[in-house]
Amino acid sequence: MFRNNYDNDSVTFSPQGRIFQVEYALEAIKQGSAAVGLRSKTHVALVALKRNAEELGSYQKKIIPIDKHLGVALAGLSPDARVLSNFMRQQSMASRLLYKRPVPVARVVNAIADKAQVNTQHYGKRPYGVGLLIAGVDETGPHLWEFQPSGQILEYFGAAIGARSQSARTYLERSFESFPDVSRDELVLHGLKALRDTLQQDRELTTENTSIAIVGIGEDLKQYDGPRVKRFLDLLGEDGTRSQRAARLDTAMDVGGGADDDDDELAGLLGPGEGTSAMDTTE
Amino acid sequence: MHRTGLSLGIHQLEHTQPSSRLNHHHHHHSTTTASTNYLHTLSSSHLSQHHQDLQIESITMNQFPHGWGRPRDDVYGAYDNSYLNESQPITHTQRPIVTGTSVLGVKFKDGVIIAADNIASYGSLARYDNVERLLQVGTHTVVGAGGDISDMQYLHLLLDNLLIKEQYPADDHQLYAPQVHTYISRVLYQRRNKFDPLWNSILTAGADPKTSEPFLSYVDLKGTTYSAPALATGYGAHLAIPILRRHVADEEAVSNLTQEDAQKLVEECMKVLWYRDARSGVKYSWAIITKDGVTTGSKEIENQSWKFAEMIKGYGAQNI
Repeated sequence: MFRNNYDNDSVTFSPQGRIFQVEYALEAIKQGSAAVGLRSKTHVALVALKRNAEELGSYQKKIIPIDKHLGVALAGLSPDARVLSNFMRQQSMASRLLYKRPVPVARVVNAIADKAQVNTQHYGKRPYGVGLLIAGVDETGPHLWEFQPSGQILEYFGAAIGARSQSARTYLERSFESFPDVSRDELVLHGLKALRDTLQQDRELTTENTSIAIVGIGEDLKQYDGPRVKRFLDLLGEDGTRSQRAARLDTAMDVGGGADDDDDELAGLLGPGEGTSAMDTTE
Repeated sequence: MHRTGLSLGIHQLEHTQPSSRLNHHHHHHSTTTASTNYLHTLSSSHLSQHHQDLQIESITMNQFPHGWGRPRDDVYGAYDNSYLNESQPITHTQRPIVTGTSVLGVKFKDGVIIAADNIASYGSLARYDNVERLLQVGTHTVVGAGGDISDMQYLHLLLDNLLIKEQYPADDHQLYAPQVHTYISRVLYQRRNKFDPLWNSILTAGADPKTSEPFLSYVDLKGTTYSAPALATGYGAHLAIPILRRHVADEEAVSNLTQEDAQKLVEECMKVLWYRDARSGVKYSWAIITKDGVTTGSKEIENQSWKFAEMIKGYGAQNI
């Protein structure tokens, strides 16, 4: 009866000046599980929560490596992410073949943005239903970008997309000022803590549902899944994988010392012996 | 040209018409069969209505849209393709025509020097004496080309366009010598694979703007590449490289070679080439690339002595 007449295609404006198809695409991102990205002076990390359709099924891939210096985390329709990541891989290969140069992160991000924007402006096309966090290192250092189906791209110190990602963003906003100087492991831990805040009350981060990827200056992209995630979850601590943190934060906020509390916790967990070198033993 | 494909097809179809039909036509009036160039539908009614044949013939349309609106072959005769010169084969570069000779390049402590003379030869004739064979590409790269001058000019066009394209994103990324060299090598190897090579041998020289690490690399018309502390193309590969290697045998020697010494070395080699390479010129261009960028200049061979020529028959006036 009161059907929306302005969402049949992506070329029709509503009387309020909205393109509903594009807005629906942005909604599709929120249907996907959360992904978090964050950056230090030397590294970029992606941390994502994988979902399985049923208890007995496998988990859907959330992080796609593009090249030795580049990877993406997705939230939304994974087939659309496949299209975009295949395209990024092509760009990456072309750059290496033609110039022997790893493709600059901003260039490849701009390329998918242009590709996505076209879809919002042609009848018969639809916007991509996926958001991406792109982590990469190039001549100008480590970079973290967010890509949206609208064709919008934004560079971030820390970003989160997907279901309940506002909680992760809240964590990042509170702690991002310390990110530039943290170690590789600490960066991942901050990512895991942000991701943990997106969990529902009865869920926790496990080796099955957590996916991690890190890339740094002079250090190739490395992805951690399954048992290899354990070391990071152990650093997070016994309690840390649980999702009561959001509640804890709320009470801490009332006291006014939430962020400090967190940093102490981290320092204790890491200990003096923990550093980048310890990572090399994992593979 | 555009008409050949399909109209030829029509002709072939006509010739393969069942002979019975042709006989029928012939039997009734031979004039119509000979004049038509169009396909006719073979139907029993057509064959039985003998007296209507002529009329049907004249209103039968060409069923191929390709022919619509074009001059009818049966009215104007077949299109004459001959003047389009289609019979000539596609030709590729078989040999260089107007050529440049050697390019020299020497790495030194904090940069590279590259030099090439300004002669463009037409065979053994020094046809042009003011040709620039060094091209600055971006801020820290110079490309020097020997071999075919027109192919060099085409390559310069590609590189200029590449650089314009590279500047559009206006980010902090630039193409430096290693990237430019790789690009050129890909272009040259691709053309070789088309059996239509760009007939050049090319030196790419540059320095890293951050580390001042010198870069020098060679690529030729087959896409072959190599690097060395000192490189030369063409005759220089025979005449200059032995001299250059005495001074810069390896990377260690590079780190001990000053810019002044490298310049003197290139001057010396250019002089040897001027004496002994009959395609060389007395005036040459040079470029020095360091982390601060490119410096270019022009120079003439100085302090020449042709005294040795008196001993050689064929030089100068003959007094027999």
